[in-house]
Amino acid sequence: MAAPVLRWGCPGTCRAIAWVYGVPRRRRGAWTGSTSSWIRGQSSLAQEPLHTSRKPRKGEHKWAAVVGLEIHAQISSNSKLFSGSQVCFAAPPNSLVSFFDASLPGTLPVLNRRCVEAAVMTGLALNCHINKKSLFDRKHYFYADLPAGYQITQQRLPIAVNGSLTYGICVGKRRSQVTTRTVRVKQIQLEQDSGKSLHDDLRSQTLVDLNRAGIGLLELVLEPDLSCGEEAATAVRELQLILQALGTSQANMAEGQLRVDANVSVHHPGEPLGVRTEVKNLNSIRFLAKAIDYEIQRQIKELENGGEILNETRSFDYKLGCTVPMRDKEGKQDYRFMPEPNLPPLLLYDTTSLPAGADSQQVINVDQIRERLPELPSVTRERLIQQYGMLPEHSFTLLNEVGLLEFFQNVIKETRAEPKKVTSWVLNTFLGYLKLQNLAVRESPVTASALAELLDLLDSKAISSSAAKQVFEELWKNEGKTPAQIVSEKKLELMQDQEALEQLCRSVMQGHPEVVMDVKKGNPRAINRLIGLVRKATLGRADPAVIKAILEKQLSCH
Amino acid sequence: MWARAVRLGLRVPLGGRRGFTSKADPQGSGRVTAEVIEHLERLALVDFGSREAVARLEKAIAFADRLHAVHTDGVEPMESVLEDRCLYLRSDNVVEGNCAEELLQNSHRVVEEYFVAPPGNISLPKLDEQEPFLHS
Repeated sequence: MAAPVLRWGCPGTCRAIAWVYGVPRRRRGAWTGSTSSWIRGQSSLAQEPLHTSRKPRKGEHKWAAVVGLEIHAQISSNSKLFSGSQVCFAAPPNSLVSFFDASLPGTLPVLNRRCVEAAVMTGLALNCHINKKSLFDRKHYFYADLPAGYQITQQRLPIAVNGSLTYGICVGKRRSQVTTRTVRVKQIQLEQDSGKSLHDDLRSQTLVDLNRAGIGLLELVLEPDLSCGEEAATAVRELQLILQALGTSQANMAEGQLRVDANVSVHHPGEPLGVRTEVKNLNSIRFLAKAIDYEIQRQIKELENGGEILNETRSFDYKLGCTVPMRDKEGKQDYRFMPEPNLPPLLLYDTTSLPAGADSQQVINVDQIRERLPELPSVTRERLIQQYGMLPEHSFTLLNEVGLLEFFQNVIKETRAEPKKVTSWVLNTFLGYLKLQNLAVRESPVTASALAELLDLLDSKAISSSAAKQVFEELWKNEGKTPAQIVSEKKLELMQDQEALEQLCRSVMQGHPEVVMDVKKGNPRAINRLIGLVRKATLGRADPAVIKAILEKQLSCH
Repeated sequence: MWARAVRLGLRVPLGGRRGFTSKADPQGSGRVTAEVIEHLERLALVDFGSREAVARLEKAIAFADRLHAVHTDGVEPMESVLEDRCLYLRSDNVVEGNCAEELLQNSHRVVEEYFVAPPGNISLPKLDEQEPFLHS
């Protein structure tokens, strides 16, 4: 069963194209040019058949979309950023709250070393310049889940600046080629998380749980180098993989460990940037792409109808698949930034500047952290390509699917078969079956050992490749049988007896003289028919290449 | 302390003008306008309430303005008076928390171990709806 290699599961939008062709005001016709079928499906204007294949003429307005992302990643640490209370996902309300987190008077922030290391690691992995001196500030606003009335952040001088995030995006007609793009990282800063508010509209009250208040966050601000939902989704996915590889954050969007806000605007190329809206409440990568694409289309439609875009905050309603204005946001906020008076500047050192005789617990050496960085996804992919001779798109798929790389490596460990065979079976057959039933790798009924055993049988030519596929299907039913058992039960072994096979070939040729005539006449397809007949006679238990060789030998003898 | 010219050469932008001198400066006389008062009341949830309170604010600003008498050209501003101190780094261990009962005692209303707050932010009344004491 030839299933496609995993495609990045976005409602196919930009396909590496930044422009979206609008139509001139006077003719409210269909979307034209290279827009996707998703957009056509959504747009009720796409009815007039005349314009569907029209190329954009000179002077027609092109639109370019500009997307900037603000990402908050919860730092994976035992305790909070400025206090010693525990960081844990589910716990009884307000049980993981210290006096400082509750903002009781007389408490002071004490910086967690692990959080600083996490920020430095992330900055290094994203090619940032690490600021040897960074400062903490207070950002003031009133909300029930922010007991202090301010959040400690790093507005003036963050810990890392000017980096880049490289991601691979699928291009080409069949989206089979991978090309790399880069989005610049403006800055990375350390800041506190706020508590959680549960709105009880019925009783007109808000319930506040401060367990999350004070947890360390990395805020990553990306420059607006992205131009569509797919690029944004791919970039965020790559960031997730990097954070997970570093161990700095588990980056699970569903659990709120990774939160993304998107700033979206559209403009005509060459003209100044348009008014941007902020889109929030995006809790999965799929919705991130959907929301951005919807917002781009909404803005284009609005502007083309003569309307204007308000600089507002919008929320993504995933049930309706659209963005809606958010209530409770009053215009421009004045956060009254001021330096955090209780925290001196954060100083980082490298090997050359490390003060002699310093307590190692009290100083952070950036060079040491750089040396200890674990292998990043891009390096892993490169290694896979070099080591196993696979294509770049294969390495992307292996890393993209949770648990697939580990599965692949386990199979490789246990089998004699060639890596290319393993790659093909894992990415096509195995992944295909998973996707068909929407299963994760860890839910797979076929274990790595089972697949390894199957590939060994194939490699030793004990079975044919079509028989192997049959065995795999049986294995998927998860009835507890090993590949060897299935092979013997279903009598799928390849015929080893050369003489018996030769005899079969002869009898088939005798039984079908007209096909033999065809072959002798020089019809190139006739030999395949003969092979097919022999295969049927052997009940699929013979290697077609071997059959072909025998037939050709026998035919030449006549 | 002021002769700290040899800093790390980091130009710290004075983002978010501290103090109110910048807003009052254009008047010259140090008067604080009604718009500024309204803005401050919204931001800080402080009720200036009376003319005397605004006058007191203006006096405080005038007092702070005397800092301008100090010549600070070419001197790098300090970040805070603690900037020479060592920032203590704590080990990542859990040593606090687990005191929900104690904390909840501070709250006027509690529902099942949650603090209770009013729904969202309640907007302040607009300036024209307030007591127009500033205009009198």
